[in-house]
Amino acid sequence: MSLELFLLLGTGLVAIGLYGAMSQQSIVMLMMGLELMLGGIIVAAAAFWYYVAPSAVDGQVLIVVVITAMAVEMAVGFAVVTALFRSRDVDMTDMAADLKE
Amino acid sequence: MVTTVLFWVFGVAAVVFGFLVFRLDSMAQVTFALLASFLCVAAEVLLLGLGYLGLVIVLMMVMEMVIMAVFMIMYMMNPAGLMPMAMYHNKAGAMSISVGTFVVLGAGIFLVDWPERAGGPPAEPTVALGTALMGPQMLTMMTLGLVLFATIVATVMLSTQRGRYDRFGDDLRARRPEDPVPGGVGPQRTEMRGPR
Repeated sequence: MSLELFLLLGTGLVAIGLYGAMSQQSIVMLMMGLELMLGGIIVAAAAFWYYVAPSAVDGQVLIVVVITAMAVEMAVGFAVVTALFRSRDVDMTDMAADLKE
Repeated sequence: MVTTVLFWVFGVAAVVFGFLVFRLDSMAQVTFALLASFLCVAAEVLLLGLGYLGLVIVLMMVMEMVIMAVFMIMYMMNPAGLMPMAMYHNKAGAMSISVGTFVVLGAGIFLVDWPERAGGPPAEPTVALGTALMGPQMLTMMTLGLVLFATIVATVMLSTQRGRYDRFGDDLRARRPEDPVPGGVGPQRTEMRGPR
């Protein structure tokens, strides 16, 4: 095992999550892609902590921040989907595209 | 040796389950594929000696994915996966950008001259994390607390059926809220119109 292998694993998860976030029409599936990307960041942060600066706690703190971001992303994401669905019967990104206008 | 085998097993499994998230048809299967991917990520974190954070990821993701399964079944048109389903847009473009990102980041990983390891891990990484969060990293912890509180307020505001404009009118000038039952709860005003 080495830092490069862990970073490669994190990169793989980020790339798959990016594919999902960009290609999925359902907002819930898009959120799953974002969560996968955050999972990749967790692996990378843990590897940096272990292989670069294990005596400092910054890598661990970064993981705590990312875990919080995952929880916030899911909670706010579902609340937005619920509000959108209630007001417009919309649960797909293509049908909610008028925000860009 | 055992650690290396476990790294490869969990690493490959994390990527495969992550890819299955966007290939399976059943929403329940999709959610549990994502959960399996996260459990493999947690196993990798445990392999690096971060016992507490690995366990937190396991516990949090189990709860989060169970909740997500409920939402998936609520909002998706094909919850049981009884028919093939494809809800993509710009699939080829997304795939090429994703592969390009992987190649660029992967090249960077092997081209960058990473710094040498400075020091060793503490005997108790969890104690070190807790001490830092309650000491030098207190501002981080306070910010996270505020973010979580704001999230609670925002999610309740977004998901509630009756907002302030439903209760006090469009210009918010009503002296008394128009509530079907006192306290602002109950069904929407439009549903309550009728003989009262």
